[in-house]
Amino acid sequence: MTGVDVLLLALGAVAVGSAVLVVTTKHLVRAGLYLVVCLGAVAGLYLVLAAELVAWVQVLIYVGAVVVLLLFAVMLTRAPIGASDDLDRPGWPAALIGGGVGLGLAVLMVDAYRWTTVELPAAGTAERIGEQVFGSWVLPFEVLSILLLSALVGAIVLSRPDIGAARQATGDPDREPGRSR
Amino acid sequence: MRPVIPYVTAALLFGLGVYGVLRRRNAVLVLMAVELMLNAVNLILITADTTARALLPQGGQVFALFVIVLAAAEIGVGLAIVLQLYRMRASVAVDEVPLADGPATEPIPAGVTGSGRVAGSGRVAGSGRVAGGAGDAGPGAQRPEGER
Repeated sequence: MTGVDVLLLALGAVAVGSAVLVVTTKHLVRAGLYLVVCLGAVAGLYLVLAAELVAWVQVLIYVGAVVVLLLFAVMLTRAPIGASDDLDRPGWPAALIGGGVGLGLAVLMVDAYRWTTVELPAAGTAERIGEQVFGSWVLPFEVLSILLLSALVGAIVLSRPDIGAARQATGDPDREPGRSR
Repeated sequence: MRPVIPYVTAALLFGLGVYGVLRRRNAVLVLMAVELMLNAVNLILITADTTARALLPQGGQVFALFVIVLAAAEIGVGLAIVLQLYRMRASVAVDEVPLADGPATEPIPAGVTGSGRVAGSGRVAGSGRVAGGAGDAGPGAQRPEGER
């Protein structure tokens, strides 16, 4: 049990505990804020596991952008400020399947890596990761940029109602004039 | 370093994400649970990068970066769908989304077809039966992620 193990245990406990609160809390906004704690703890795990660049990208994109976007969505859908009782579906299947998946995977992992100890590799700094991304992985990188562009266009098309209405109007022109008058 | 600790953490995070996706009713909370699952996968990739010796160095970290980009694209399109759902039905409860009736079978209410007044009148007509739009464009917009 070295210092690295203690750090990993502490950060993992924080991540799992705040993840439990994300999926059980009755406050919508608090779920987003617990998600910040969980993602920050995971970023700390990345730092301990010598993945520097991924840790900072996680802080920038997840904690910075994704959570802010989620909180925007919480507010745009006029979520209640206090505790709300209609957030959950009743039923044990969710607990059964979720617990089964989590504990089953945990048992598999413990069985595979119970006594393994490894040395931490060299830190994944921006220089090393950049060499890999723009050397060996440059084609997936370009494909990913096209995907990001198409997701951007798709999000704009989805969130602009006039584009969808115009497409419906051209789809069945005989129904449109009588209905709009 | 014992890699079993982050592996078990990732397994538990994934299980909690599955539980959240199945249990939550609010679509935004479902998306938060999906984020938990994606983070668990990223944690497994990063940990595997320390335990497995791959042909290319730091392949797991590069993959984790790619998954983060995919998650950002997913959350953008997903939240656009959620907001469109709220605009049409004034509710984001995932178990109230009608899956049976398609866009062609339902008549379009008069207020929604005018292009200029959609944002205002869609909330008033939210209880009316408006289907399609975001629902049929959603899976098609997300499918290229899985195929690549």
